[in-house]
Amino acid sequence: MREWADCTNMVEEGEAATIALTGSLTVACIGPLDRKLRALDGQVKRVDLSGVSEIDTVGAWTAWRTARDHGAEIVGASEKAERLIAAIRKSKGTADIRPPRPAFLLRIPAAIGALVLGWGQGSVGITGFLGAMLISGWHTIRHPARLRFKALVRQVELVGVSALGIVGLMSFLVGIVIAQQGAVQLRQFGAEIYTINLTGRLAMRELGVLMTAIMVAGRSGSAFAAQIGTMKLTEEVDAMRTIGVSPVEALIIPRVLAAVLMMPLLGFYAAVAAIVGGAFLANFALDIPFFTFLSRIQEVVPIHDVWVGLIKAPFFGLIIALAGCYQGMQVQANAEEVGLRTTMAVVQAIFMVIVLDAFFAVFFTNVGWG
Amino acid sequence: MNGKAQPSIASPARSDPPIVIEGLCNSFGGNVIHDNLSLTVDRGEILGVVGGSGTGKSVLMRSIIGLQIPDEGSIEVLGRSITDAEEDEDIDIRSRWGVLFQGGALFSTLTVAENVEVPLLEFYPEIASELRHEIARFKVMLSGLPEDASSKFPAELSGGMRKRAGLARALALDPELLFLDEPTAGLDPIGAAAFDRLIKELQDTLGLTVFLITHDLDTLYEICDRVAVLAEKRVIAVGTIPELLALDHPWIQEYFNGPRGRAARSAQAGASQKRTGKMDNPAGRGA
Repeated sequence: MREWADCTNMVEEGEAATIALTGSLTVACIGPLDRKLRALDGQVKRVDLSGVSEIDTVGAWTAWRTARDHGAEIVGASEKAERLIAAIRKSKGTADIRPPRPAFLLRIPAAIGALVLGWGQGSVGITGFLGAMLISGWHTIRHPARLRFKALVRQVELVGVSALGIVGLMSFLVGIVIAQQGAVQLRQFGAEIYTINLTGRLAMRELGVLMTAIMVAGRSGSAFAAQIGTMKLTEEVDAMRTIGVSPVEALIIPRVLAAVLMMPLLGFYAAVAAIVGGAFLANFALDIPFFTFLSRIQEVVPIHDVWVGLIKAPFFGLIIALAGCYQGMQVQANAEEVGLRTTMAVVQAIFMVIVLDAFFAVFFTNVGWG
Repeated sequence: MNGKAQPSIASPARSDPPIVIEGLCNSFGGNVIHDNLSLTVDRGEILGVVGGSGTGKSVLMRSIIGLQIPDEGSIEVLGRSITDAEEDEDIDIRSRWGVLFQGGALFSTLTVAENVEVPLLEFYPEIASELRHEIARFKVMLSGLPEDASSKFPAELSGGMRKRAGLARALALDPELLFLDEPTAGLDPIGAAAFDRLIKELQDTLGLTVFLITHDLDTLYEICDRVAVLAEKRVIAVGTIPELLALDHPWIQEYFNGPRGRAARSAQAGASQKRTGKMDNPAGRGA
């Protein structure tokens, strides 16, 4: 084990004492000695270093601090110890380790205030961001050659094509759950056959697009925030600006466009997968043959249900991409913020999607697409 | 933390070289970086490592500190083999060196002082928090930062200050060995000269052995005891600058006798003349 540094307290006549430090006064061995010296009280006249076998800056600091606090003098210091003490004695040892924290009672209102301000600034910020994006979008429409076609295709692949597997599987399973749970309830009224209406309409109107939106927010919204946030940290975004490439045009338009284009397709695909899931369950559990289920779907699901789903989807895509890109562009300072902003992007996107979905539900019912 | 190491630190007379590299080979996917490279660093010296871009200076440093597993060869640091070290031994060696990465590599969510405290907390948890804070403060001061920089976050610091903060963290455990990767790159000449002086002072005060990668000719002339030249996938020469200048190798000649090399040398000559007081320049030139 380690040879701990130690001290002996030699009380001479009267009050004054000599503290003799012994052993290895190094960072590895000083822990217990430091506590002992801190607990020391009474007058100390000398700190004797002649018994010290080895010393480093930490040992020098401890010896010097002890001497300073007790108004003692250091004796028996080796040439190295003196050199080290000379080097460290300029430190006042009072600087803050962390920025000062306000009192607890102040922190709560401050946090609430920051939250309110942050909410307000966030709303202004994201509106401004939407505006910047629309302006840039208008430029792209007027000069279609400036559209980053390759980036768009890449994002379409990431947002849409590579999501097919997971979105399909998830919707298929959700379809099974809806059909099965619906059948259990409807059986009580002898209305099992309405399972088809339930599954079909729910999938087309709500579930397909909503579940897809949540999945896309988790997969792609987070990726947008993290990617752009990291690019901000490494000053890639600044580099783009100086070269004359607009980050909105190069980074954000392709992502937003990809999300807006892919959401309706993915949403419709998810709805179909959910219906297939329902039909699959009906085939085995409800004695409704697979193809009978599908042909009944055609009869019981009005075409406006499909439109409802398809109209909502691009708005959801826009919100997800906007939240992701906006949060990514807000990253500053450090790596922790990339994580925070990514979380915020996903939470905001899902929340906004659900709020908007509620508005859409009321709206479509009122226009007679109930 | 292996107790065996402690008594050996206590004997300053030890003169065995702290870094011994033999037959080191490194390659990345068929691209050979080092081929049979050997190098010995002596105790208490500042060894400058130079070489063109892409000659594997940083890879060499990463190999020595165990971040890069070499294909072949043996590396001994402070008497321990890095290439086939046991996990426990690894920890022990790591508490005896400090590394300053090029950009400082500070932990961005911690303040400067907390960055310095990380190794202390990791290796010596028995140290009381008051002492740990005090150590952090004086290390920050030793590395030439104002003490109120202790509570700042890395993002609030300039590039030069970040390097100093990185140096403070590298010095946290009073290491015997200090690795510096281009410490003066990206600093203004005044800041770079101050950083050179700081390293020299620290080396004198703390008795460090310094492994220093640099492109800065002024640094080489000002503070390096010896210089190792990396070229042709190995160390082609090690020695003091006059010794290197006597060698007839085109890269070395171009490096030290190029316009920048000559400028650095004459600056050094001027500085040492001033120091020794032999001002035989025409009046006014030295002022």
